[in-house]
Amino acid sequence: MQTPANQVTRPEHDGYESLVKTNNDGLNSLSLLVGGVHCALCIQKIESSLLKNPAVKNARLNFSTGRLNITWDGAPILANAFVTIISSLGYSITPYNPDIERTTQDSEHRFLLTCLGVAGFAMGNIMLLSVGLWTTTSETMGMATRELLHLVSGLIAIPAVAFSGRPFFRSAFSALKNRQTNMDVPISLGLILACGMSIFEIFQHGEHTYFDSAVMLMFFLLIGRYMDFRARLNARSAATDLIQTLSGFATIIQNDKQHRLLIRDLREGMTVLVGVGEKIPVDSRVIKGQSTIDTSLITGETIPRSVAVGDNVFGGTINQSSPLTLTVSKAAEDSVLADVVRLMEKAEQGQAKYVRLADRVARAYTPVVHILAITAFILWFGFLDASWQDALMIAVTVLIVTCPCALGLAVPVVQVLASGVLMKRGILVKSGDALERLATIDTILFDKTGTLTIGKPTLTGQYDEGLLALAASLSVHSQHPLSKALSSAYHGALIPIENITESAGKGLEGLYQNKILKLGSRSWCNIPQNATESDYLEIWFTQEESTPICFAFKDELKTDSEDVIQKLKSSHLKIALLSGDRQNVVASISQKIGIENFYAAMTPIDKYNYLEDIKNKGHKVLMVGDGLNDAPVLAGADISMAPGTAIDMAQNAADIVFMGDKLSPVVTAYQIAKLTQKLVQQNFALSILYNFIAVPAAFCGLITPMLAAIAMSLSSLIVIANSFRLKRYK
Amino acid sequence: MSIIIYLIPIALILGLIGLAAFVWSMKSNQYDDLDGAAHRILIDDNENNVTK
Repeated sequence: MQTPANQVTRPEHDGYESLVKTNNDGLNSLSLLVGGVHCALCIQKIESSLLKNPAVKNARLNFSTGRLNITWDGAPILANAFVTIISSLGYSITPYNPDIERTTQDSEHRFLLTCLGVAGFAMGNIMLLSVGLWTTTSETMGMATRELLHLVSGLIAIPAVAFSGRPFFRSAFSALKNRQTNMDVPISLGLILACGMSIFEIFQHGEHTYFDSAVMLMFFLLIGRYMDFRARLNARSAATDLIQTLSGFATIIQNDKQHRLLIRDLREGMTVLVGVGEKIPVDSRVIKGQSTIDTSLITGETIPRSVAVGDNVFGGTINQSSPLTLTVSKAAEDSVLADVVRLMEKAEQGQAKYVRLADRVARAYTPVVHILAITAFILWFGFLDASWQDALMIAVTVLIVTCPCALGLAVPVVQVLASGVLMKRGILVKSGDALERLATIDTILFDKTGTLTIGKPTLTGQYDEGLLALAASLSVHSQHPLSKALSSAYHGALIPIENITESAGKGLEGLYQNKILKLGSRSWCNIPQNATESDYLEIWFTQEESTPICFAFKDELKTDSEDVIQKLKSSHLKIALLSGDRQNVVASISQKIGIENFYAAMTPIDKYNYLEDIKNKGHKVLMVGDGLNDAPVLAGADISMAPGTAIDMAQNAADIVFMGDKLSPVVTAYQIAKLTQKLVQQNFALSILYNFIAVPAAFCGLITPMLAAIAMSLSSLIVIANSFRLKRYK
Repeated sequence: MSIIIYLIPIALILGLIGLAAFVWSMKSNQYDDLDGAAHRILIDDNENNVTK
């Protein structure tokens, strides 16, 4: 089928009206996920261009999550106009259902913040009163005044603990229900007993209450809890995101009319129209048209595949050169894409087994805390003839002192700081424990296209300037990746060429000074096939009555790939290359950068099986990849990284995403992960050291509320100060 | 020392005002997009992008 070569059909934006929600005031609203937002200017551009429309009441883009909410007064159909505006600014748009994740994460976030706020308020006020109590004794301050201050402290502390202690109480309760213990059990026990004993002390007209210690402990631990939550906020299930990509739209033909339908509603036998540059929604068969398909998402291959009537195409691949009419052979849930989703879900379930270092420490630590407290009580009550109140008080002090805030802060503070340091270098850490897992790896798997290489073919070799100008002037009329590469290699002025036509999957033809020019595949230019397969991609160019020339293209390595591989090797890491590309291409690249283990022509399933295999051998694996074919491996590997140029699915599946066209962030991230690990271990060591001093003191009944407060804040400060050493990295 | 009869309630009320301000700021979504808030300060206030 011949189509005018310079006609580019843009995917249209319609069908979004079905996602519009109408609220109580009769206003319509739409939620979208906007991709590619990275600065203040982006926020302004998007919001202000939407607000130019007088119907729009509110447009607010959440920078952290990429969610855009538009509220307007008018017909729901306006939604499509808004989507067109934003995509014409150059941002990618995904329809997004706000009900799915918003509720749980947002309410958890607010809950923790409220608890933290209340605990902070209570701590501030109780400390205000306690300073007076610490600096005086019953001789210098009248008993009546002391009791008043105790009473007021109690009146603040008890509601505050009841309110803000809930994150700990809940977690402790659910652990106990499952007949397990976690760190929250001694924390809860300590909080409740400290408050309970202090109430008792008030009635007994005692000298000390421990409301200040309890509230302070709670406040510090909540800070750690909140930081931990924020670090994990971005770690969403990648599989859910993948399914979201099935929530786009497809154009179908029904009763000779075009409709827009959600991809997930496509059924077998439906007729689908796919324009140039559009994604093929589901696995289907071509019934009309001829085109080239970019299959790199599924197979990782850089050369587009030509398809004609009767050929099968996979969902998720991109139609490149001319419009196609397809008949759906499998519904969205049964497509290859969906298989990848299932593989990823499986991979993610395997992931859940990882136990974070903090949890492992807590698991070993919790019984020790319980035993120490009980021993203290028995010792004082049974053997040293203390009253049961005094003995219980000592046991409670032991409990409070041994759950140091430092332990709760040891990991989250370092992780939050490390994420900040990496963020400044364009490396985004998405899951809280990513760095911890990164520090333990011994094997790295690389994908080739787009990871080690730039991911786009570039012209290699020397060519005659005049011929290049002619060929480039012809190639600007085509959307084929090689044509694009050819035209971007030429920087001079374009020569006008007449009668340009493109034959999908074959090449271009044009007329210049009454001579026919041809640019395209070997067969298109009537050149006999060469038996040997080269590792270059080629376009041939012929001019009537002159010798044909061949433009060779190569997917160039990233400038620092070799350097990065050498650095990683010198850190005693095993490196392997997994690619969907052809054997000779993969082999030559591996040789060049020094990777001995390489595997070519691998399908997503092969890659995943390879991963399973080495994981079973006990290796800890980092996967670096960018395509859909890597997505299951990215999800299944112990830890995974994807470049910012990767497809959304790969970015979502990866734990770490790095920006820029270099590979060196892999090394940076690894080094910072190692450093983070070291600081976390030091922090734990400091906390334990603190316990060696504080626990015997508490055991002997020497810890007063003032000493407890000083010890707790001091140990926390030391741990935080130690964590800040991370900022000195390079 | 009887002055503390006045001072303690004053301190508490001041603290409660702070707490109320915090709860209000959270209820009005000010903690939802901390990174965005850091960027938004760079945006000029012209009539176009003030939320109507």
